[in-house]
Amino acid sequence: MKTNDIILQTATKVAVFIIIMFAVRLFFSGHYFAGGGFVGGLITSAAIVLIMIAFDLKTAKKIVPINYRYLIGSGLLVSSFTGLFPVLIGKPFLTHFYSYYQLPIIGKTSLHTATLFDLGVYLVVVGVTMTIIQSIGESE
Amino acid sequence: MIEISKIIAAIFILLGAFLSMVTAFGLIRLPDIYTRNHAASKSATLGIMSILLGTFIYFYGAHGHFNSRVLLGIFFIFFTAPVSGHLISRAAYNTGVKVCGQTCRDDLKTARERAAKKARD
Repeated sequence: MKTNDIILQTATKVAVFIIIMFAVRLFFSGHYFAGGGFVGGLITSAAIVLIMIAFDLKTAKKIVPINYRYLIGSGLLVSSFTGLFPVLIGKPFLTHFYSYYQLPIIGKTSLHTATLFDLGVYLVVVGVTMTIIQSIGESE
Repeated sequence: MIEISKIIAAIFILLGAFLSMVTAFGLIRLPDIYTRNHAASKSATLGIMSILLGTFIYFYGAHGHFNSRVLLGIFFIFFTAPVSGHLISRAAYNTGVKVCGQTCRDDLKTARERAAKKARD
């Protein structure tokens, strides 16, 4: 019996964009509202898992052509570099800096180096979750 | 303005709670998985949507806070709950769950038999 998943696949195509936009929003609002790198990473990997359920692992790999193991490494690198940067200029480890800037469209924005640390957390969470799910799903 | 929005929000939230209760009764009372799925995916969706709409109206009217995430949640529930209901129903049919005795027509069965016959010929 040939199955057809057209309802699930069409729904996935629309839903994935909303989920990823929500993940980005949670990531950037982490400093002032609920959210942050961990939740954002989990929701992003949930969107990729939804693609994997609706299509299959090969199609998901074609849509998001990333080796998730490298994502873990680069996330750890970004986080440890944000921790080590203040040491190089003579401040304690993991000191963060922030300042207010006047950006062209967005207006007055506070740019904080804690966001870079959160970016590292985000990449590690996406990488670890997707590595676990992919390696469980691939073993026949 | 504030009192009216509070009353409208209360009406929407009570309506949503009532619809959720109807869903629970439907899940208990209905005979087989397809009718239960019909109850769960329709009235629970509408119930949750009206609770969320009441919440949105309350915070917008009484506090002046436009919460776009609630609107997105309403759209998302409206969009995904029927799809999940469809998938559960189809999984149940494909694994061979019987319809209840009062049901006398199974159009999907005859359609599948016809498709299988066409594939054989």
